[in-house]
Amino acid sequence: MTSSAVLEVKDLHIEFPTRKGVLKAVDGVSFSIAPGEVLGVVGESGAGKSLTGAAIIGLLEPPGRIASGQILLDGRRIDNLPYEEMRKIRGRQIGAIFQDPLTSLNPLYTVGRQLTETIQTHLDMNESQARDRAVKLLEEVGIPAARERIDHYPHQFSGGMRQRVVIALALSAEPKVIIADEPTTALDVSIQAQIITLLKRLCRDHGTAVMLVTHDMGVIAETADRVAVMYAGRVAEIGPVSEVIHKPQHPYTVGLMGSIPEFDTHRERLIQIDGAMPRLDAIPQGCAFNPRCTKVFDRCKSDRPELINAGPTQAACWLHAK
Amino acid sequence: MTAFVTLQNVSKTFDVSAPWLNRVIERKPQSFLQAVSDVSFDIRRGETLALVGESGCGKSTVARLIVGLYQPTKGTIMVDGKDMRILDENGDHSRALRRKVQMIFQDPYASLNPRWRVADIVAEPIRTHKLLTDNAAIDKRVAELLGYVKLTAKDGEKFPHQFSGGQRQRISIARALASNPEFLICDEPTSALDVSVQAQVLNLMKDLQREMGLTYLFISHNLQVVHHISDRVGVMYLGRIVEIGDKKQVFGDPQHPYTRMLLDAIPDLKMTGKARVPVAGEVPNPLNPPTGCAFNPRCPKKFGPCDKEGPQLISFKDRQVACHAAV
Repeated sequence: MTSSAVLEVKDLHIEFPTRKGVLKAVDGVSFSIAPGEVLGVVGESGAGKSLTGAAIIGLLEPPGRIASGQILLDGRRIDNLPYEEMRKIRGRQIGAIFQDPLTSLNPLYTVGRQLTETIQTHLDMNESQARDRAVKLLEEVGIPAARERIDHYPHQFSGGMRQRVVIALALSAEPKVIIADEPTTALDVSIQAQIITLLKRLCRDHGTAVMLVTHDMGVIAETADRVAVMYAGRVAEIGPVSEVIHKPQHPYTVGLMGSIPEFDTHRERLIQIDGAMPRLDAIPQGCAFNPRCTKVFDRCKSDRPELINAGPTQAACWLHAK
Repeated sequence: MTAFVTLQNVSKTFDVSAPWLNRVIERKPQSFLQAVSDVSFDIRRGETLALVGESGCGKSTVARLIVGLYQPTKGTIMVDGKDMRILDENGDHSRALRRKVQMIFQDPYASLNPRWRVADIVAEPIRTHKLLTDNAAIDKRVAELLGYVKLTAKDGEKFPHQFSGGQRQRISIARALASNPEFLICDEPTSALDVSVQAQVLNLMKDLQREMGLTYLFISHNLQVVHHISDRVGVMYLGRIVEIGDKKQVFGDPQHPYTRMLLDAIPDLKMTGKARVPVAGEVPNPLNPPTGCAFNPRCPKKFGPCDKEGPQLISFKDRQVACHAAV
């Protein structure tokens, strides 16, 4: 991995101790993001993508815990910091954007108050400076008449406008990294396009690294530079976005791409991956995908594959072992 | 071919006024929300008509009107030549007609009773419509229905929470098929599912349609899914159909600027690098819709009559379109 990476995740394991034993939700995930880069993380529900994001911002809900591995921000470990120190990093250096813009804003405060509060917590500014900055941020995210709208409450904004406010909040302290967890899932297609374009432009302008968690390959194709495909708590494939989309190497990625209906290639039937992702307490031995894989052979059932170079991408699949 | 389902000038208005006392004290007028205005279309037997549009455009209201969960304020809905509003001797809606029309809902977590076993859920329409009375025959039929949706008879013993989202949606499909329907209304049936599971459900729905000759009304906001499953497409905006026609015509050569905009908003998987122009603005408040064409404040082709006069659906280039600029 390059030394210029602003965020590095090394062999991250997240587990949930339960009465029936310890469940491994994230099992050895590693990746890094460079400044200004957008890393897309895709996968189906339960693949562990949101948990990875939560672990990075230090918001894992107990009893979930980081069992092993490291998270480094600018080369400094942040996964083992005490709560108060992590609080200073969260918002200041790592911003977060969540799926539902209504629940991530406080309905009792005006958006201006929420913005100035965040700005003053992290930056050394007085009330009026913070307010000026808040107005500037709202203008930057494309809210018309920002000077009047700043005194409105979240319910007075539409869904797309609320998500713009959330993006302004996330950017308010100029963080180095933004974790965006399904930022467009709750929005209509036309609004989704606006938000994606906005997020991409802002991060390029500010040089912010983004980890974009989504289940929508289309959003990834539009936004991300690199993409990590997750399956059952592991990275199945990681590489430049055009390679992964056009020439997927892991059979799971191939199936995932084939199951998306497309306009120009008309098929009577979609490619389907039979079965479902395994439950956390029943992850098969060897490769987690082997019971659903069309290319399975003996080794897949006994040994777990690590990420192997497969052309320009890396795939955790024995097919690519030399 | 004759139409199997016909909607003629169907409108639905909801009364969203404040309570009477508030209206008197605060002198507020009554307010009405026009959820569906003047919608007409036919669905032929064995075909799939899809309705697309953004949240609040009235597509789910149309579904609920057809299935009879709402009564239309104006207009008529005919299924198989019979008016849905005609009541039988008990003052109830005709059961025979109801049996033919079934619905599949968006959220498979909310549409199955968590306290019932799957076999009871699937058997309910059979018992309600008294299609079979013998318990052994019902069990056999339930097993057969579960088989259609790639589940086993043993799964009938389980409760809904023991299934994944995709399996639950298949249970909903089995329940919808239990009354031998001819027409299924699917309201966003795959929106809550992951893409690979969505592919399983879409394939299953296509197979069932071919085997049983079902007619579908498919409601979705996902244009790729609609393109895959449908024969004809109707695009809705603020309660009105703005363009309706054959899938190839509507998607291949859209005439309404809103259809164009929806197509442009789809993320480009091929990554051809073509620049997208995200359309500015948002869906206006349906309580206070713009005058003239509802789309005019966002429309790039807006001209003279657009904000004065609402366009009518006019046949044009093998489809119907409601736009002053297109025709």
